[in-house]
Amino acid sequence: MSLAAESAEGSLTVGGARIDLIERGRGKPLLFLHAENGTEPARPVIAELSKHAHVLAPTHPGFGRSDLPKGMRSVDDLSYFYLDMLDQLDLADVTVVGVSFGAWIAAEIAVKSTARLSRLVMANAVGVKVGDRETRDIADIFAVTDPEYLDMVYCDPAAGKRDYKSLPDAEVVAAARAREATARFAWNPYFHNPRLKSRLHRIRIPTLFLWGTHDRMLSEAYGRAYCAMIPGARFETIERAGHFPHEEQPKVFVDRVLAFAGQIEERVA
Amino acid sequence: MRVYQFSEQAYFPAWNEHSGSLRVIFPNQKCDPRVAADLFHRYYDEYQAADELGLDIMLNEHHSTATCMSSTVVVGLAVLARATKKARLLVLGYPIGHRPDPLRAAEELSTIDVISRGRLDMGFIKGIPYEVAASNQNPVYLMDRFWEAHDFIIKAMTTHDGPFNWEGEYFHYRQVNVWPRVWQEPHPPVWSTTGSPTQARILGERGYVMATLGTGFGTRKIYDAYRKSYLTKHGKAPGADRFAYLGLVAVAKDRDEAKKRGELIAGYLRTSPIVYPPFRNPPGYMPAEDNARVLRGESPPRTYTKGGRVVSMQNAPIDDLIEAGVLFCGTPDDVYEQITAFCEHCGGMGNLLMMGQAGFLTHAQTIDNFELFARDVYPRLKAYRQPDAEAVAA
Repeated sequence: MSLAAESAEGSLTVGGARIDLIERGRGKPLLFLHAENGTEPARPVIAELSKHAHVLAPTHPGFGRSDLPKGMRSVDDLSYFYLDMLDQLDLADVTVVGVSFGAWIAAEIAVKSTARLSRLVMANAVGVKVGDRETRDIADIFAVTDPEYLDMVYCDPAAGKRDYKSLPDAEVVAAARAREATARFAWNPYFHNPRLKSRLHRIRIPTLFLWGTHDRMLSEAYGRAYCAMIPGARFETIERAGHFPHEEQPKVFVDRVLAFAGQIEERVA
Repeated sequence: MRVYQFSEQAYFPAWNEHSGSLRVIFPNQKCDPRVAADLFHRYYDEYQAADELGLDIMLNEHHSTATCMSSTVVVGLAVLARATKKARLLVLGYPIGHRPDPLRAAEELSTIDVISRGRLDMGFIKGIPYEVAASNQNPVYLMDRFWEAHDFIIKAMTTHDGPFNWEGEYFHYRQVNVWPRVWQEPHPPVWSTTGSPTQARILGERGYVMATLGTGFGTRKIYDAYRKSYLTKHGKAPGADRFAYLGLVAVAKDRDEAKKRGELIAGYLRTSPIVYPPFRNPPGYMPAEDNARVLRGESPPRTYTKGGRVVSMQNAPIDDLIEAGVLFCGTPDDVYEQITAFCEHCGGMGNLLMMGQAGFLTHAQTIDNFELFARDVYPRLKAYRQPDAEAVAA
């Protein structure tokens, strides 16, 4: 696989498991880790990011058409899968951008090794528990109806509405598979790893939290508490966006990512 | 044919007080423990009456619901292991994939088998989708856990020479040594439930008793899937005793009274699906391909009449439920005819799981239902000659 590829939608095999991978653009590598709703809703932001960076956007194992390696059942497993992928592609100086579930994977990668990473962007991230045992930090998305869910995760619920009757089969199966894969990795403990919190101090690369302020699955207080656990991490809000700010405000999202990346480069220079 | 009396032991007094869900989120402030105690004692009295009338007994469990107060089936089994004399005690079922500790399940079931002096029939089930909320087990892994728990329980019941080691995907023990030892050798009969030909094939290979519920005149294709894999694996056709069917049963001296009873018992069908929608289909409970069809708004119907007409179990009028083989209802002659016609459709069905009590059916009506069935229907069903198994499977 060529790292200089202009645009490619193909697949990659890591440790015997084949996953879908969008690879597009030139420049420094940017690994985009999609949220629990899969790759499809992230296509616009992936396209926008690829105007400025060499974007690699894999579809996580178990999602979309990607294989699920035997025995893979935790975000911890996913993080090792991506560490293997970074080694296999021999990438360096990588900016990792994760949204929600993807940000959880990003954090699990970064606590293990940042050798190939230069910076981390965590958008409306899940992955830790900040409240006490009787406080539900993360709303139970499996206990609400579809309209209630859309209202919970989008500033404008219409942004997430999909007409499954008119979508191609592959996309409908991908949506069903995304729901199943999310449960596979995030059912219990619910959207977090109790061990992660005590490891976040290991992340010593510049980190930016982006937060859609209309998120009702996660509170901004949760995001700020999470951010405070990573040394030096910054917290910025994105208005008129909910749990998936990259979908509702793709332009703002990309500008923030680029500004963060640029500032780092200036500081380094 | 054997007949197992079954009641969900409902807390029906609260059935009309729900706001959209009788399960999972229905608060237990709607449950008066004094009323619940009276109901439990009544239901156990009815089970004892069934025992005395020569019927066998089936128990189950559901969670967080007014449709079924039996939330821990081993308690009901324990009560009846001591309080009944002859009846076989079928648990259908024990949701072993949900349980954190299958060793405990093996110990409980072994104890019941011993106290009842070998009357336990051991039904292992996946559990309906709503049970996931109570156990919080990951629905994606439910069947994997189910089969590991199954394998473990069978090994625990059949190992008699001291502890063994188990370090599986889901369960870990280093000293497994179940006391008391099971009464029935090598272990109590295993039953399970399904609605799918795929699972039927798996059960057929193992030769377990397979039960279906509400499949009406769509039952044959599920039974045939079982027959095919049983024949391949065992080299002979499965007898009718390998098949069970849960049917609602309302008998009375005249048809009008029987239909009144049928409507009361059908209260089970009317209320059972009243569940807040998100809990009806947890992620991973069904394969992604099936869920894609659900997203497109395509859900295959389950219940058909003999003529192939689709029937809604929740809303269908009594006559449709009778026509679909969901409810056996009428005079003793009617009910005998309906059940044997259903057996012919199935190509043999040797275990009727008879819901002879449900919902608002009173104690007096229940006892009369049992007595009429036991006196005027059951003897003829025992004498009924099932279709020839080899001919059916051929």
